[in-house]
Amino acid sequence: MIKSRSSKIWDWVIAFFCFLLILVCILPILTVLARSLSSADALLKNEVGLIPIGFNFDAYAKVLGDTKYTWSLAWTALLPVICTILSMVMTTICAYPLTYPQLKGRTFVNTFIIITMYFSAGTIPTYLLMQSIGFLNNPLVLIVPGCLSVFNMIIMRSFFYGIPASLRESAELDGAGPIRVLVSIYLPLSTPVMATLALFYAVGRWNGFSDALMFMKDRTFYPIQLLLYNLLNNMTTVEVATQEGFSSPGAAETTKMATVMFATIPILLIYPWLQRYFIAGVTLGAVKE
Amino acid sequence: MAATYAGAQISPKKPLGKRLKLYLGRYWTLYLLLLAPVAFFLVFRYLPMVNILVAFKDYNITKPVWDMPWAQTAGELDIWKYFAKAFSNRDFLYALRNTIMLNLLDLVCGFPAPIILAILLNELAFKKFKRITQTIAYMPHFLSWIIISGLALQLFAPSTGLVNMMLNSLGFDSVPFMNDSAHWVGTYIFLGIWQSVGWNTIIYLAAITNINPELYEAASVDGANRLRKVWHITLPGLKPTIIVLLIMNLGRILGSDFDRPYALSNNLVKDVSNVIATFVYTNGIKGLAFSMSTAVGLFQSVICVIFLLSANAIAEKSGERGIW
Repeated sequence: MIKSRSSKIWDWVIAFFCFLLILVCILPILTVLARSLSSADALLKNEVGLIPIGFNFDAYAKVLGDTKYTWSLAWTALLPVICTILSMVMTTICAYPLTYPQLKGRTFVNTFIIITMYFSAGTIPTYLLMQSIGFLNNPLVLIVPGCLSVFNMIIMRSFFYGIPASLRESAELDGAGPIRVLVSIYLPLSTPVMATLALFYAVGRWNGFSDALMFMKDRTFYPIQLLLYNLLNNMTTVEVATQEGFSSPGAAETTKMATVMFATIPILLIYPWLQRYFIAGVTLGAVKE
Repeated sequence: MAATYAGAQISPKKPLGKRLKLYLGRYWTLYLLLLAPVAFFLVFRYLPMVNILVAFKDYNITKPVWDMPWAQTAGELDIWKYFAKAFSNRDFLYALRNTIMLNLLDLVCGFPAPIILAILLNELAFKKFKRITQTIAYMPHFLSWIIISGLALQLFAPSTGLVNMMLNSLGFDSVPFMNDSAHWVGTYIFLGIWQSVGWNTIIYLAAITNINPELYEAASVDGANRLRKVWHITLPGLKPTIIVLLIMNLGRILGSDFDRPYALSNNLVKDVSNVIATFVYTNGIKGLAFSMSTAVGLFQSVICVIFLLSANAIAEKSGERGIW
């Protein structure tokens, strides 16, 4: 199709808007990156814009040399691994049986689960429950209560519905039971949805902090997000410097920025590779049964 | 054994006991699988609902919920005591106002944004550039609100932030983006759009790919320009999705997120940043006013359910499929 001249101008106008959008998305991260790589002096003199001045890795070395940070980073990295494995198992064993139309009581279980999406007990009743089952100040509280999301379960179920029933029926003719069908037919065909949901669960856990804030008093098990929150909000740079033993407020500032980068980089490295999967996953989530 | 393969119908002629045995023989593993998820929902989603009773009782740490005395005022039974207490609490009324205000502003400013962006992306002629734009636009969705708040504090700092440095060099005064109530609301809404606009285009872009391409060709033959095609083909094609998402968003108008206001808030802007979720956290978990906070939470949950169910009903009535 031959494009008119005005249409070509529009192409460039739209491209320009998209370029602006890209800038707005990445500039904030670039600023923080530049500040984390700059010298403390340059930061204090307010010279740093988008390009690091007095380029060095001191702040990163500082973070990696402090056991409080390395422990928090390791814990924050371990937590999503445990949670994602548990969540994927729970989501699969919840979604799979519900795809069997012959299963008696299916509607009941479905309703039982969907209700929790509309109505939740609320923060304090949940807090009181955690208290009575001994989950307060227990690292399990960061793993178990969030291990199954109804929304994600629905996405997986929609995906399972898309697998032709004839595949299952022919396996059943050959004498395969439900578990066998799940393991040899459903799971191998479900890579896209598994990748999507694993990403959702892992990112959710990596980024989540409200449960730790509410249910954990012991700071040992604080994820990096909360450590970061305290660094960023509760103290002025001078306070951070004296309390955390930094040589100067500038060093405290670059360390803050390095911590932000540590909390951001793993996600930036992972999500682009899973893009085509999660796009399909989000679209599935919007499909009604 | 062809007679008992799992997919076969169980003959209704056989006696009930035998049919049940056959059925369970085939499907007992499915029930076994469901055991853990059902137990999960029972313990972590339904069991806390028992504790909602605290809203109607005088909280007593030494007793289990069912043994606590019903709420009393001056020796008389007054089960709505803590609801009354909440509604005479100035902080709660502010939190209620802020929840509605911030959600409405989010809806008005944030709802059209992904629609516009999706149409722009769809119109973008350079395919490779389109893919790069999409990937980068999805990025903010994956950042936690704490990180976003850290980025915002850097960028919007009064004298050292990049934005104010640029404003200053252009001859403008610094803007207190995070430290003044009115500006903070603007920043809060902007950051919300920043975080979600790219991600929310996914669903609209999917809807656009479902539009019949012949419609565009026919329109071109009739001499329609780009704007007319967007207006007469793309937008009508998106209408069902827009209506459903709009209604569902309206249903969430009293819902409140905790992470975003908590991470972005600071002491200078508490009068506009305190929402119901943060109110419950400060008064309940930190302030130990369990009964009142539970009452507030229950009030919010009930209103949310009513709104969501009505929204869903309206969506279905308008001839569109509800989300759930």
